[in-house]
Amino acid sequence: MSRISIDQVKHVAHLARLAMTEEEAVAYTEQLDKMISFAELLNELDADNVEPTSHVLDMKNVMREDKANKGLPQDEVLKNAPEHQDGYIKVPSIIE
Amino acid sequence: MSLFDHKVSELHQLLHKKEITVTDLVSESYKRIGEVEDKVQAFLTLDEERARQAAKKMDEKIGTDEAKGLLFGMPIGVKDNIVTKGLRTTSASKILENFDPIYDATVASKLHNAETITIGKLNMDEFAMGSSNENSGFQVTRNPWNLERVPGGSSGGSAASVAAGEVLFSLGSDTGGSIRQPASYCGVVGLKPTYGRVSRFGLIAFASSLDQIGPITRTVEDNAYLLQAISGVDPMDSTSANVDVPSYAESLTGDVKGLRIAVPKEYLAEGVNEEVRQSVLDALKVLGKLGATWEEVSLPHSKYALATYYLLSSSEASANLARFDGVRYGYRTPDPENLIDLYKKTRAEGFGDEVKRRIMLGTFALSSGYYDAYYKKAQKVRTLIKQDFENVFEKYDVIIGPTAPTPAFKIGENTSDPLTMYANDILTIPVNLAGVPGISVPCGFSDGLPLGLQIIGKHFDESTVYRVAHAFEQATEFHKQKPGL
Repeated sequence: MSRISIDQVKHVAHLARLAMTEEEAVAYTEQLDKMISFAELLNELDADNVEPTSHVLDMKNVMREDKANKGLPQDEVLKNAPEHQDGYIKVPSIIE
Repeated sequence: MSLFDHKVSELHQLLHKKEITVTDLVSESYKRIGEVEDKVQAFLTLDEERARQAAKKMDEKIGTDEAKGLLFGMPIGVKDNIVTKGLRTTSASKILENFDPIYDATVASKLHNAETITIGKLNMDEFAMGSSNENSGFQVTRNPWNLERVPGGSSGGSAASVAAGEVLFSLGSDTGGSIRQPASYCGVVGLKPTYGRVSRFGLIAFASSLDQIGPITRTVEDNAYLLQAISGVDPMDSTSANVDVPSYAESLTGDVKGLRIAVPKEYLAEGVNEEVRQSVLDALKVLGKLGATWEEVSLPHSKYALATYYLLSSSEASANLARFDGVRYGYRTPDPENLIDLYKKTRAEGFGDEVKRRIMLGTFALSSGYYDAYYKKAQKVRTLIKQDFENVFEKYDVIIGPTAPTPAFKIGENTSDPLTMYANDILTIPVNLAGVPGISVPCGFSDGLPLGLQIIGKHFDESTVYRVAHAFEQATEFHKQKPGL
């Protein structure tokens, strides 16, 4: 049985903001199916009572002094922006 | 004979005695690059003009107190996922092809303080996703020992440039083996430090709970010196650990008497090439003669590490790589219909296949309805893998095994099936999941291709890892061989 359908792949591509042709969607369905099947090896293990590890070191609430630091200069930051105008980064209009 | 056949400490003495200049060191780099780079293709960007200018200025300081630092004037290569102010940084991705960083990574600032000279930026698999450098968006680096073979990855350029004598040493990064595996394939020394030992600020993130920057060098001693320069807590990285940094060089005593070595049976099992296996058993004999003892142990959850790693690292990557959207920096698609279309086309056109595949897997594993079954399950198995290491380290000082199951494979050999490619990292991945330090040191050859011995230590115990690696290196001749380029 297939673990993932082509419609699911298209949905995931949308969530990931990746444009995808029909051909690519077919290829990804096959590849992801293989990878997910491989990952299901973990189902052999009963880990219901195991605490998840998100971070290996025992660190909590790393704080710093509440002191303002200088940010990066605006003209420098805009240097790598594909499009900018009047000190703002420009994108296509989002309100019709 | 190349100047880079000398160790850092020897070159430092030669500078001090004014027998050589910083300009000589920098010229050695660019001369060698001129000779072999068209074959090796380790560099994505060279910084020759600035490097030569810096060398000239530094030459005036030779003999004064300002030139006292051990790394003063030493030529280094930097992996291209470490941002360097004013020096193009691409992470080997088309999406960052013309990216000009406006600040330095913390390790780059530390190198600057130590007064090394950056020769250029080194090739890698795109966003560090790969084991061969074949996933670079720009070029395939070749193994200096055999140009038909891969240098390993993802820090393939970092390892190949050191092996080829193009730089004295380099920085790489290691998420699932990306320093150790190429070090093994290229016959050099590569260390992944304990998670939190080195600041990740300015390292273009792949999987934030696993990534670490580390040194690649010709010798263990040089490795210890380079790690010394980049270690330590950093206010800009809240996951860097506030733990004392010892003098690593002091651990290089050659003394391993009474050392207890654990050898996981899973690391010498099926799938590990016979010559690789034999080289590890021979290495254990060498360490045995020096007074260490070894016993077989089990890391019972090893077989789950690869699946755990691909779920966790791809999930983290899918979140980290969301920033590449064509808005603030990097590539932008030329003719978007609207904002969503801009994101989608920019990313589809800017990322390579392997990166997209992992973003897809990660997005799936984190998506509603699948999160518990895949992502959370993998986090739980990670706990079991970490506990395997803790259990062994209650009785033993280090764990030893091969770095990779085979020597360097042929270019193109593993590209058709991603899962075969992933299997290359089966012996290095558990170390990242547990967050402990691991080194690869040369331990033999198979058909003229180098093999690597992996030595794994307890959290923040790089000193013992270096002590064992150094003792082994001094008792053997493997590190003295050079590729016949």
